[in-house]
Amino acid sequence: MMERILTVLAQIVLVLFLSPLITGFSRTWKARLQTRRGPGIFQPYRDLAKLLRKGMVIPDTASWVFGATPYVLFSTTLLAGLLIPTVSAQAPLSAFGGVLAVVYLLALGRFFLALGGLDTGSSFGGLGSSREMTISAIAEPALMLAVFTVAIGAGSTNLSTVAQAALGQSWRFLAPSQMLAFAALFIVLIAETGRIPVDNPATHLELTMIHEAMILEYSGPYLALIEWSAAMKQLVLMTLLVNVFIPFGLSAGWSAITVLSLILFVVKLLFLAATVVLMETTNAKLRLFRVPELLAVAFILSAMALISTFLF
Amino acid sequence: MWPTRELYTAGLLVYALGIAGALAGYAAKRTRRWLPGLLCAVSLLGALLEFGASLTALFVRTELSWTLASGVPYLRYTVRLDPLSAYFNLALSLLAASVSVYSAGYIGRSSVRKSPGLFCALLNLLLLSLTLVFTASNILFFLIVWELTAVAAYFLVVFDHESAEARKGGLLYLLMSRGGTGMLLIGFLLLASAAGSMDFAALHGIGQQLPPALAAIAFLLLFLGFGVKAGIIPVHIWLPAAHPVAPSNISALMSGILIKAGIYGMARVFFDFYGTVPVWAGMTVLVVGVVSGLLGVLYALMEHDLKRLLAYHSIENIGIILMGFGSALLFRSFGHPQLAALALVAGLFHTLNHGVFKCLLFLGAGGVVHATHTRNMEEMGGLIRRMPSSALYFLIGAIAISGLPPLNGFVSEWFTYQALLAGFGATPALTRMAFPIAGALLALTAALAAACFVKAFGITFLALPRSERAENAQEVPLLMRSGMAILAVACVLLGLGATWFLPVFDPITQGIFGVAISPDLVAGNGLLLTAGSTGRGSVSTVVIALALVALGAIPLLLWLVWGRKSARLSGPTWDCGLPGLTAENEYTATAFSKPLRMIFAALFRPRREIQTEFEVSAYYPTAIHFESEIKPTFETHVYEPLRELVLSLASRMRRVQAGSIHVYLTYVFITLILLLIFGARG
Repeated sequence: MMERILTVLAQIVLVLFLSPLITGFSRTWKARLQTRRGPGIFQPYRDLAKLLRKGMVIPDTASWVFGATPYVLFSTTLLAGLLIPTVSAQAPLSAFGGVLAVVYLLALGRFFLALGGLDTGSSFGGLGSSREMTISAIAEPALMLAVFTVAIGAGSTNLSTVAQAALGQSWRFLAPSQMLAFAALFIVLIAETGRIPVDNPATHLELTMIHEAMILEYSGPYLALIEWSAAMKQLVLMTLLVNVFIPFGLSAGWSAITVLSLILFVVKLLFLAATVVLMETTNAKLRLFRVPELLAVAFILSAMALISTFLF
Repeated sequence: MWPTRELYTAGLLVYALGIAGALAGYAAKRTRRWLPGLLCAVSLLGALLEFGASLTALFVRTELSWTLASGVPYLRYTVRLDPLSAYFNLALSLLAASVSVYSAGYIGRSSVRKSPGLFCALLNLLLLSLTLVFTASNILFFLIVWELTAVAAYFLVVFDHESAEARKGGLLYLLMSRGGTGMLLIGFLLLASAAGSMDFAALHGIGQQLPPALAAIAFLLLFLGFGVKAGIIPVHIWLPAAHPVAPSNISALMSGILIKAGIYGMARVFFDFYGTVPVWAGMTVLVVGVVSGLLGVLYALMEHDLKRLLAYHSIENIGIILMGFGSALLFRSFGHPQLAALALVAGLFHTLNHGVFKCLLFLGAGGVVHATHTRNMEEMGGLIRRMPSSALYFLIGAIAISGLPPLNGFVSEWFTYQALLAGFGATPALTRMAFPIAGALLALTAALAAACFVKAFGITFLALPRSERAENAQEVPLLMRSGMAILAVACVLLGLGATWFLPVFDPITQGIFGVAISPDLVAGNGLLLTAGSTGRGSVSTVVIALALVALGAIPLLLWLVWGRKSARLSGPTWDCGLPGLTAENEYTATAFSKPLRMIFAALFRPRREIQTEFEVSAYYPTAIHFESEIKPTFETHVYEPLRELVLSLASRMRRVQAGSIHVYLTYVFITLILLLIFGARG
């Protein structure tokens, strides 16, 4: 029992403090690719610390939903982070919710975030909410089908079981079904975390923004919580991708050797983040109404992944 | 010995008493102020008695049945409260109780206050006949109470008969319902002729004994006939026409439980009368479920009439229920009773859950419509400040219907996903692909539903009021709020306490598949819900709820450490430098769903018209007129040609109807002769 609580605490700390690092690394790496120097990979920590200490302005049109949103978003995202295996194949709360719970917890956070956007009464908030809900809905079938492929392969929706099954067969990621599902999930990852070509995290240009438009009225600690949640969500989805498909280095339980796994885990994450940023730098942003086509590609990839599970 | 029989019979009598009392009140001409309250209390009492009867029947497993002879051949007034009936009766009585409480506050203030006596008589008649629909155990008796339900519901839909929309919606409902009953009659007669009896008890497993072709015809007729009532696509068109125009408490009952009469009929036919069906039958049900789910939510997204939006969501949820039923049929065909039980539990649980949150949402919408005198969401907004409790209840309903954890919608959708996932490994090559695809489309449906309820809640309750009526809206009275509160609490309890509720399904699955499923679905001392075994997947709504609250402590702690001293100001929303933010700057419901309207343009065929009035140049418009509408595919492509066909047939038939009594007498004579010849030969 004591051990259980310790692992939960360890994973909370890990998810909370690793997520800004990935964001910081992505931004710096992107700056380097654009031959800028960048602010350094620890800038998100400084941003969060500063925002948490600042005062905030609440729009006078907003109701309690506006204030509840950052808390709900933070809790749901962090809880999703406790359901997935990070450095150990045994996620601390894995038995209390599998991959379906992860997807739906993120959806609960998004539900409130979209309401928070509408609550301000500005057109930007509504615009962001509308686009966010649309794109996430269109991304959902591809996400689920890819998840199903993995879950069917492992015979379980619980991510620890999935990771353990993947650990057993180290070279399984070379199977066509796994590669196709990986590609599909990669596209979904880009859509869900709001990267180019779907959304541009660096823009405040009103006509193109999605995520930034929803949170335009948030400031101070609320904004910190939302930014932090966005970073955690990115971490959750990336972890899902790396640990389910490329489980190298995952330790079976929690022990001293876990430190080694932690290093490997971070390396894998940074590698994935670098890939995402490379995609982001070499592509232009898609028009909003071309995004469904990209997600349709993801859906077809995951359908093919599923078919190939019983063909090969 | 539990008094199931006494409770059940007393409940029926109380409803009957309610009808009689209400009619007396109606006849008395003088409307007394306390009359609606008293009559609603009678319905509440009836509902509570039925609730007790169903609970004891389910938990103590006493099967109750009694019969009254009718003196008419084949017709016997047999009622039987077997587990399946008791389950649906449980759902009915729960909703009836909350609607009764709500109605006590609603009747005196709404358009039905003109004749509350008549309204309450019809309400009690609806409750009585629905109770009998769920428990009747003789084909003729069933069809009689089935029609009684339709008639009661029709009069309630057109209760506001001065509105042309209500009359039209009611007529469409009655027409479709009659068509459905026609199909049911033929289907039932095919089954009864094979069994040689009209009693449900004799029909058990009769589908196996019919010749395959006849069995298939009867199956399709019964599926479609019950489907009309349930609102499956393509026979759904009455639902969005009739549900919104009824008084809101009736809309709640209709969407919550009346359409479930169709689901009950399907469960009875599929699992009791048929047993194992061919693969195509299960596949048909699954595909109809997927299509109804997806199209239902897509049409809902395009609505900005709050009540019609909810009505379309009923179609969506019926689709989700049928995904469970279809999978259960398929699993049975392939010989997996355990999985079939899981899929059936998913479908049945969603039936109750949908009843609860849809009823809640309609009651909430009823309060909003009462407060703003409009159903158009574009004229609402900002109601969360004016109607805080209603807003909270509506939000709970919205989270539940979007299938988000930890409320009840999540639990039943989770079971549906698990059933679909299990289907991949349990069926042969071509069939297996149907399951994950259905699962992916269920995911799309659920995500679109979430988008739709962000719109429904956000546009209706948040930000600035869009009209004067919304500005002056007031919270609804205590009784109406209490009715909603009962259902909101039910949403939470059914979500968090799902593991304790699941044993209810044991007698049902035991009777149908011979397996009691709940021990497999519950693990970890009632903390975990599993997909048949812990290894296949598990979830715990209780732990999720507790963890969400506990993790919320982290930001609170950070705030205490760092943020406590910092200023917290209130300021105007950024308005792009314009002089002040007004409701016209807000996103509208139409704008919110615009991206989806464009993405699914092939389905919606949107049409829009923009007219600009200007004086000097087109760049300085004085007024812009914008019009946009979508084409209802089924109405234009299926029902319009059908109507034309019927009309042209009728005009040809007119020649036979000469209008002269001599000709008609000749017809009668010829028919008599033919019948005599036919009779003599047989």
